[in-house]
Amino acid sequence: MSNTAIEEQDYDRDLKVDIGIWKRLFRYVLSNKRACVLSVVTNMVIALIDIAYPLMSRYAIDNFIGKGTTQGILPFILLYFVLITAQAFGVYSFVAQAGRIEMNVSFDIRQQAFKKLQELSFSFYDKTAVGYLMARMVSDVGRLSELLSWGFVDLLWASTYVVGVMIAMLLLNWKLALLALVVIPPLAVISLYFKKRILQYQRKVRKTNSRITGAFNEGIMGAVTTKTLVREKANYGEFSELSGTMRQASVKAAVWSAIFMPIVMFLGSIGTGIALYKGGVDVMIGAIGFGTLSAFVSYTMNFFEPIQQLAGILAELQSAQASAERVIGLIDTPLEIVDSPEVVEKYGDNFHPKRENWEPITGEVEFEHVDFSYKEGECVLCDFSLHVKPGENIALVGETGAGKSTIVNLVCRFYEPTSGRVLIDGRDYRERSQLWLQAGLGYVLQTPHLFSGTIRDNIAYGRKDATEQEIREAAQMVRAEEFILRQERGYDTEVGEGGARLSTGEKQLISFARVILANPRIFVLDEATSSVDTETEQLIQEAITKVLRGRTSFIVAHRLSTIRSADRILVIRGGRITEQGTHRELLKLRGYYYNLYTTQFREEASGAILDEKAIEN
Amino acid sequence: MQDRKEKKYRKINWKLAGSLMKGNGRYILFSALALAVAVVAAYCGPLIVSFTVDYVIGDKASNLPAFVMRAVENLGGREFLRGNLWVCAAALVSFTLVNGYATYLRRRYIAVASEGFAMEMRNRLYHHLQAVPYDYHKHASTGDLVQRCTSDVDTVRRFMANQLMEILRTVFMVSAACYIMFSLDVTMSLISMVLLPVLGVFSFVYFGMVKEQFRLSDEAEGKLSSTLQENLTGVRVVRAFGQEKSELDKFTACNEDFRNKTYKLIRLFGGYFGSSDFVGYTQIAITLLTGVAFAVKGRLTLGEVMVFTTYVAMLTWPVRQLGRVLADLGKATVSLGRVEEILAVPEETEPGTAGRPVIKGEIEFRGVCFGYDAYDDVLSDISFTAKPGQTIAILGSTGSGKTSLVQLLQRLYLCTAGEILVDGVNINDIERGYLRSHIGIVLQEPFLYSRTIKDNIGIVRPDAMAEDIHAAAKIASVHEVINGFEAGYDTIVGERGVTLSGGQKQRVAIARMLMQNAPIIIFDDSMSAVDTETDAAIRNALRERRVNTTTFIISHRITTLCEADKILVLEHGRLVQQGTHAELVAREGLYRRIARIQNALEEDLAKELGAQGGE
Repeated sequence: MSNTAIEEQDYDRDLKVDIGIWKRLFRYVLSNKRACVLSVVTNMVIALIDIAYPLMSRYAIDNFIGKGTTQGILPFILLYFVLITAQAFGVYSFVAQAGRIEMNVSFDIRQQAFKKLQELSFSFYDKTAVGYLMARMVSDVGRLSELLSWGFVDLLWASTYVVGVMIAMLLLNWKLALLALVVIPPLAVISLYFKKRILQYQRKVRKTNSRITGAFNEGIMGAVTTKTLVREKANYGEFSELSGTMRQASVKAAVWSAIFMPIVMFLGSIGTGIALYKGGVDVMIGAIGFGTLSAFVSYTMNFFEPIQQLAGILAELQSAQASAERVIGLIDTPLEIVDSPEVVEKYGDNFHPKRENWEPITGEVEFEHVDFSYKEGECVLCDFSLHVKPGENIALVGETGAGKSTIVNLVCRFYEPTSGRVLIDGRDYRERSQLWLQAGLGYVLQTPHLFSGTIRDNIAYGRKDATEQEIREAAQMVRAEEFILRQERGYDTEVGEGGARLSTGEKQLISFARVILANPRIFVLDEATSSVDTETEQLIQEAITKVLRGRTSFIVAHRLSTIRSADRILVIRGGRITEQGTHRELLKLRGYYYNLYTTQFREEASGAILDEKAIEN
Repeated sequence: MQDRKEKKYRKINWKLAGSLMKGNGRYILFSALALAVAVVAAYCGPLIVSFTVDYVIGDKASNLPAFVMRAVENLGGREFLRGNLWVCAAALVSFTLVNGYATYLRRRYIAVASEGFAMEMRNRLYHHLQAVPYDYHKHASTGDLVQRCTSDVDTVRRFMANQLMEILRTVFMVSAACYIMFSLDVTMSLISMVLLPVLGVFSFVYFGMVKEQFRLSDEAEGKLSSTLQENLTGVRVVRAFGQEKSELDKFTACNEDFRNKTYKLIRLFGGYFGSSDFVGYTQIAITLLTGVAFAVKGRLTLGEVMVFTTYVAMLTWPVRQLGRVLADLGKATVSLGRVEEILAVPEETEPGTAGRPVIKGEIEFRGVCFGYDAYDDVLSDISFTAKPGQTIAILGSTGSGKTSLVQLLQRLYLCTAGEILVDGVNINDIERGYLRSHIGIVLQEPFLYSRTIKDNIGIVRPDAMAEDIHAAAKIASVHEVINGFEAGYDTIVGERGVTLSGGQKQRVAIARMLMQNAPIIIFDDSMSAVDTETDAAIRNALRERRVNTTTFIISHRITTLCEADKILVLEHGRLVQQGTHAELVAREGLYRRIARIQNALEEDLAKELGAQGGE
């Protein structure tokens, strides 16, 4: 969490625009060849039509009004409607191409980043909050693809328009044109300055806004605590200060954008004024016609729009620099656990496994002088050796942080040893692919995780080809079928996001059925500490017994029943095995395990008595 | 479904809107005035151009009002202006300045009004959510409430800030344009505006139509996010089952769906812009061509044709935005309704005389009954007394009513029958803030505020010295833990900070409660996540500290229970046993069974250890 908070601060300041990063991002735009070509063409067409309208008016003024005749007006009308029609299609195509580019860019970036996320090792996930990744994948990618695509087409339009208008004006009357164009440089500079300031203020508003959301969240979640501590007044005082800040910041941001437009309009009108003044004089001396004057007035009136658009794109690029860096950073994150090319050659990669070359797993696991540390110099496991026979059940006990989860993660190759080796069936597991091991491994987490979809989908998660019969057998084996059939739609019941529609106990049973169906040789269980009702508890214990039978297993154990029935109990303290043996052997030692057991016994027993009472209810 | 839900919010509650305006209403008026000035100034620009072209440069008569012409004559008339054409240019720039300044004022005032409105709404909501009874929070969904307080407030604010003036502007512009254009030439005006209603209706119909596609795109994005989130939170399961490939396929499908639906939406927009441009430019073309024809006939001057075409161009944009504005009005109304729904919940009230008697800590429950609804009693007929300084332990299964009992004492709920007396005074007659600050409570799952540990512990006494805070932390056995953190007491906890373990949170909450120095304290199973040794250490420290504090402890740890002066045993909302450890052990019942666990443990050990077992 904390690293997320620090990294978010990068969003608070303007970073220097790094051309290299934008070049890389722009490749995503260019890969849409057809849309890019079409965009260039349409933008040219629209810009040219935009330039043509004042010229059409000029023609009408000089030739029809000026000469007092309507001769030749039919072709004129026709041309006018051709222009209008072309423009309508042009505008449609403009929007459609930008949309296509935007959607393809975000699609491609997300696709690539998602693939990366499937390959990144657990050390990455331990350091990175899900919320952080979500923000990168959803809002940053969205923002970047929008900026890249619309920025791209707007840039095309605005620059074609500006250049075209300049040319048209210069051709009509170069002296007058140069005079009127004097306002462009200050217009550009001022636009850029304001756009930047406005973005900065808006960012401050957004930040304050997220603090307000946080305050509401806290106020609502902590409502009872606030009542019991009688903090209502103090909390309200703090909140109204915050909402006052919000009001101030928002008004300030609004005022800045309110100043901006008038200034731009004013500068633009100076251009128009110059055109009117000098052009008017020219008309009086007969140097130019009324039509040319009117064209100049129109051009100078429309000039500020593309200029401020160009400035806007530049300012946006700068303010999106942080997003760009994060997204590219995510795509470029180095993988810590990589299969060697030879291994990939033989066993395939995560997305294209060559299952035909996979050796079956028997389930012998050996740690050979394994050292492991998450951070340099902080040894979590030191010279750890352990030999587990196929089918042996190992229970790991010890305090939080002693290294139990680390052992389990090393078995799963979610991490690799810093030094030493882990052997599966007598061979270093780095000689086979990650998928080979992980596909032969069952893993049930402390907090069971289900995916949205039906109960059936979830049970078959590890073996998509399972038959109905096999799915039901697995559910029956862990005695989950009873509650599944009680659901309105049986196996077809939707479990909701993250399994939200089921109770914790039910989710656990399904995750056991999922493991049974996948039928792994090695099984890892991180037992839950949270209590479920006695009845479900019993079902879960039975399920555990069934899953453990005949499989090599590692259990981070909390329940006495699970611990007691293990073939071997390891007491882990400070990254070492301090006691090991069967339940009875360890009790006789009267050491750490003995104490743990007696305390736990009291807690569980009193809990059980109280639960009985609750069930009678 | 969304539609059905929204229906009940179709009407704007003007009374509420007015009260939220509170002093900011005049800014809306100012903004509207500035808007009117800006519109007039904006329309003067083309008139000046037309005047210059027709009257100054050309030889036509002027169509400007007489008072302007008198001023022109005073200046020296046409001849003067012809020699000093810059005056016309300067007039043009000046009107733009006026327009610019008025536009600035309009936006500034409306920002002040809408931000003030939003602030008032936020403050009101926050205040109200703290003032509603506990029961409301127990049943409300945090996510939904937060959404109403943030995004709904923002929808209303955005409507006020952007769209309200947009509506007025369209009205002003159309009427001002009508006035000027009709005074120039009625037929020409009618022709110049013939397509505008079409444009307005078209945009209205269009925004009704895209609503559906908007929804589809939003839903697809939601699906994409939730699929991603699920994958990321379940990354261990994905890897453990080697399902990277199928996860990629699933994600690709969502990603494609979102792309396709949104692309379709954007294309619809393209169609809208394309066709409304077509209509708009056709209108301009019609105006131009008619103007040309009229000018050739001598019915209009060149300048006047320029006025018409410029005005029509100025009008098309606001008119075609109309559909969007109306769609947003609908959204804002719904949002205001959702906010109103929260504000309509009645606040907690004082049922009695709200006195502030001296509280020493004597408590009596007299036939107290309580139920959340009329049919189901959570507590029935509870009677007991506690003298100042006594420790009362409460034992009972989940759902037996332990927590409700202590919540009644805090008056988070009111008794349905019977009464609770504190030092002989019915708690309904004690002001609730006063009562609560004299009763300290630690919840089983305590809530810490998102600030430093020091601030959390000292939250009820902001003036507390560091020593006091450390002393409280020491009693709660959390001083060492806190010092172990990199930032010590300045470590930020809660939502945006370090996540503490359940046991650490409980201990910080105990320290916080101790700072209250309340004569009555309650531990609502608040050491459940603390190991037994620390539990004992905390209780010892408390015993040394307390002078005359009445203490309630909910626990099922026998070591805790047996030290109490009185133990209450609750079953299904009834007080089935009360007495001291010695008394209760002598009787059949829940307490005796718990107390005998120690024996069961010894039997178990004896069995496991065979002959060598037992002490």
